[in-house]
Amino acid sequence: MKLPIYMDSHATTPTDPRVFETMRPYFTEIFGNAASRNHSFGWQAEEGVERARKQIADLIGATSKEIVFTSGATESNNLAIKGVAEMYAEKGNHIITAATEHKAILDTCKRLEKHGCRVTYLPVQTNGLVDLDMLRAAITDKTILISLMYANNEIGVLQPVQEIGKMARERGVLFHTDAVQAVGKVPVNVNTDNIDLLSLSGHKIYGPKGVGALYVRRRNPRVQLTAQMDGGGHERGMRSGTLNVTGIVGLGEACAIAQRDMPEESKRLSYLRDKLKNKLMTELDEVYINGTMEHRLPHNLNISFAYVEGESLLMGINDIAVSSGSACTSATLEPSYVLKALGAGDDLAHSSIRFGLSRFNTEEEVDYVGNKVVEVVQKLRELSPLYEMAKEGIDLTKVQWAAH
Amino acid sequence: MAYSNKVLDHYNNPRNVGSLDKKDQNVGTGMVGAPECGDVMKLQVKVDPVTGIIEEAKFKTFGCGSAIASSSLATEWLKGKTVDQALEIKNIDIVNELGLPPVKIHCSVLAEDAIKAAITDYKTKQAEKKPESVSA
Repeated sequence: MKLPIYMDSHATTPTDPRVFETMRPYFTEIFGNAASRNHSFGWQAEEGVERARKQIADLIGATSKEIVFTSGATESNNLAIKGVAEMYAEKGNHIITAATEHKAILDTCKRLEKHGCRVTYLPVQTNGLVDLDMLRAAITDKTILISLMYANNEIGVLQPVQEIGKMARERGVLFHTDAVQAVGKVPVNVNTDNIDLLSLSGHKIYGPKGVGALYVRRRNPRVQLTAQMDGGGHERGMRSGTLNVTGIVGLGEACAIAQRDMPEESKRLSYLRDKLKNKLMTELDEVYINGTMEHRLPHNLNISFAYVEGESLLMGINDIAVSSGSACTSATLEPSYVLKALGAGDDLAHSSIRFGLSRFNTEEEVDYVGNKVVEVVQKLRELSPLYEMAKEGIDLTKVQWAAH
Repeated sequence: MAYSNKVLDHYNNPRNVGSLDKKDQNVGTGMVGAPECGDVMKLQVKVDPVTGIIEEAKFKTFGCGSAIASSSLATEWLKGKTVDQALEIKNIDIVNELGLPPVKIHCSVLAEDAIKAAITDYKTKQAEKKPESVSA
C-alpha cells in the first residue's frame, strides 16, 4: 500500500490509464481540427469526436445529436441556465433551484437575478433532499426552468430526479440537472428521469480535466438555448470554439468504461464505503452521518465527528487526502453551506469529513483509513474541552459562549 | 496549507493537556471561543498563593492545528511566571514563535484571551476568598 491515500474523488479523479491510452494518439498523430471538412486529418478527428458523442449519449440514454461539448460542468451549467433564461425570456423569468446546489449553479442564478430574473432557492430537508410539495408550490406561470442537482457533491444524496422531472414536464417547465457527481456512478437516463438538460464532466469519472458536456433534449420538448460564446457556430450553434478533440475522446472512453463497469463497481464501492462507515460508527461515539444513507451515491460518506474540529482532524490524517466542511479549510472561512442547509448546526459542519472512494481504492486502504481516523479522533477528543464537558453531562447548547 | 514545524510539533506532542480542579481556590479557568465558530479553548492555571507564581498550566482546545499549538505554547510560557507577568504575554509573541500565517492570527488572539480569562478568574476567586477569611 502506498501513502498518501487519495480518497477525495468528489473533487477529482485520476484519468484511468485505459482512457489515457485512448487519448494518446490524438495529441500528436490525429491532431486535426474536427471542423476541417476537406481532408483526412479533419475527418479522423471528427470520427473520434463522433465516437465519443455516441459513448456519452449511450451512458445517459440520449442520442448523439443531443450532446454539446464544453470545457466542463461549470460551463455546461452556465450555458444551460443562462441559455434558457435568455431564450425563454418572453415566456417567463422565474427559475427554481436549491440551497445545496454547487456554486456554478448558485452564482449563475445570482447573476441572472441582477438582470431581472427571479430565483427561488428551495431549502432542503434534514436528509438533504428537496421537498416535492414545496417544489410544486414554488412553480408559477412565470417559471421557465427548474435546476436541481442529481447528486450532491458534498453529501452524495440523490435528489428524486424522476419525480422532479415528471412535475416539470406536467407544468411545462424545463428541467436541468447538474449530474456531475452522478453520471457514471449511478444509472442516469434522460428519458425515464424526464431530464431536458444535463451537465456532466470528464474529470469526475476518470476522464481528463477541461472537458465536459451538456445534454440538450431535441424532442418532446425541443429545447433551445441562446449561445453564450460567439464564434464559428460549432456544436449546432450552441457552443462555438474548436473542439478539444483529445479531451472529448477521453471523456467518451471514460463514459464507455463507466457504463460497462458500473454494476460491479458500484457494488464494490458501496461495500467498502459501508465498511468504513461501520468501523467509524462502532468504534467512536457521537458520530453523525450527514444526509440520507438511503438515497446516496455508493462511494460517498460525509460524517461529522462531534467535538473535533475538521481541520485539526485533517492534520492528523495527513497521509489521507479527504475534504472537510470546516471553515478553516475553506477560502471563505465559512463552514460548509451545504451542511448548514441541512440544519446540522455550525459546530457539526466544522467537524465534518467527506470521503469520496474511487475505482482505485483498495480494501487495504479503506481499513488503513478507518483505523487512522479512529485513532486521531480519539486523540483529539482527549484534547477537546467540548468532549470533556459533554461527558460531564453539560448541555453545550445551553452554555453562554464567549463568541469571538 | 503548510504548517510550520513548531505548529506541527505542538500538534503532534501537545504540552500540558488536561484539566485542573476548577473549584480549587488557587486555580483560574478561562474558556473562550464558541463551537459554532470552530474554536473553543480552555486554559487553566494553578497559582502558588504565597509566591503568586503559576506552578501548573493545563489546556484543552477544540480547534484547528494552529489553535491547538497556540494554547499548548501558552501553557508552556505560563509556567513559572507570576500572574502579572502572565498578563504581559501578547498574541503577537505567539504569532512570531509559531510562525502563524495571517489567516491564523485569530488563534493567537484566542490564546491571549484565554490567558486573560484564566487570570481574571483566579483573581476574582482570590478577592472573594478574603472577606470570607475575615469573617471566619
